[in-house]
Amino acid sequence: MSGANWLALLQGGGITAVVSLAGIAIGLPFGLLLAVLRWLRVPVLAQAAAVYVSVVRAAPAVTLGLLIFFALPTIGIEIGPIPAGIATLAISTSAFDCEIFRGGLAAFPRDQLEAAMSFGMPAILRFRRIVLPQVLRNVRPALINEMTLIVKASPAIAVMGVVDITRAAVEIGAATYRPLPPFLAALVLYSLFVLVFVVLQRTAERRARAEAVA
Amino acid sequence: MSRGWLIVWMHRGELLAGLATTLWISVLASLASLALGALLSIALMSRHRMTARTARSFVDTMRCVPFLLFVYVVYYGLPSFGIVLGNWTAGLASLIVYNTGYMGELIAAAWRALPRETIEAGHAFGFHRFTLFRCIILPPVALTAAPMIGNQVVQIVKDSAFLTIIAVAELTHAATNIQSFYFVPFAAFLSAVLLYWALCVAIESGVGLVQAVAERRR
Repeated sequence: MSGANWLALLQGGGITAVVSLAGIAIGLPFGLLLAVLRWLRVPVLAQAAAVYVSVVRAAPAVTLGLLIFFALPTIGIEIGPIPAGIATLAISTSAFDCEIFRGGLAAFPRDQLEAAMSFGMPAILRFRRIVLPQVLRNVRPALINEMTLIVKASPAIAVMGVVDITRAAVEIGAATYRPLPPFLAALVLYSLFVLVFVVLQRTAERRARAEAVA
Repeated sequence: MSRGWLIVWMHRGELLAGLATTLWISVLASLASLALGALLSIALMSRHRMTARTARSFVDTMRCVPFLLFVYVVYYGLPSFGIVLGNWTAGLASLIVYNTGYMGELIAAAWRALPRETIEAGHAFGFHRFTLFRCIILPPVALTAAPMIGNQVVQIVKDSAFLTIIAVAELTHAATNIQSFYFVPFAAFLSAVLLYWALCVAIESGVGLVQAVAERRR
């Protein structure tokens, strides 16, 4: 592989990183919102969130991406390939994040909420100061695990013509007639991404354990 | 909008044929990767250092590769070694090998949680090696791992959508065909998403059923 090939692959790495991270950054708060809607049993919205999560969790990223990329323009929303890729990953991860947050919220001890209520804490403050910090700490490992899954689902955006790591590797392989070297290089790049999250995960788990003891 | 649904309805045969392919390839891949994963879990739990380490590095590699990249390696990479597979075989083979890593790890995790007494009692009753695995270890492990295995089967169904990129005529491919011919993206892809949903709901209730039966027989 030539220097230009490596550069193309690294550029793909940049695209994979940007699209995945943007998808995670949008999907995470959206997932939390859905989980809170279900936790508070807001009428209609809670049921809508449940259906959304069930459908999106079952939808392959490729199919979801095709739906977003091709169908949005037909209802008058022009969307470029990269925003469509980000939207796909954000929607996909929000459903899984919702389930993770929901588990964390369901496991939250009731007595703490009641204690906060007896001190006259308003609902929003109660959520922000008492519930959220503890739930976030408990679900952190699961959330980070979901982030690695979204990086691994990210090649789905290739169907929109976005040149991420996988697509760059395919193009190099097609141009040089030697597909294996770029694929192996791509494998190394993805492993590095996953490794970053694994290290994050270990640190998060160690910290969660230390905080639980303290 | 209603034109789109009408066109999809008129081509429901094509869509259902795609669904059948998705179903068929997912069932084959699930069964094969489950069986191979059970064998892999034996290697993962082996006291033989080299065996355990080789199995572990296989699992770790599979967990680092995105499925699509793996499909490309099998489809475009293997011909460099003189192994040429058709798109259907390449797709099925990738699904099986990739998910064997995940299934093996799931089973090994449930195995690790098995109390030592069960295995020691098995030894005392004269169960050894493969019979020990088949009669004493596997049944409780399969039951504890069942929900995880169900999740992995859902993942196999979802991964099979990637095979549209190497032109396997599965559900997403059928939807893409209808959309590119009549330009009805909304109806075509939403139908596909809803069919995947139905498939996954069916798998999840199947796992629930198995667990209910197992619970009653305990």
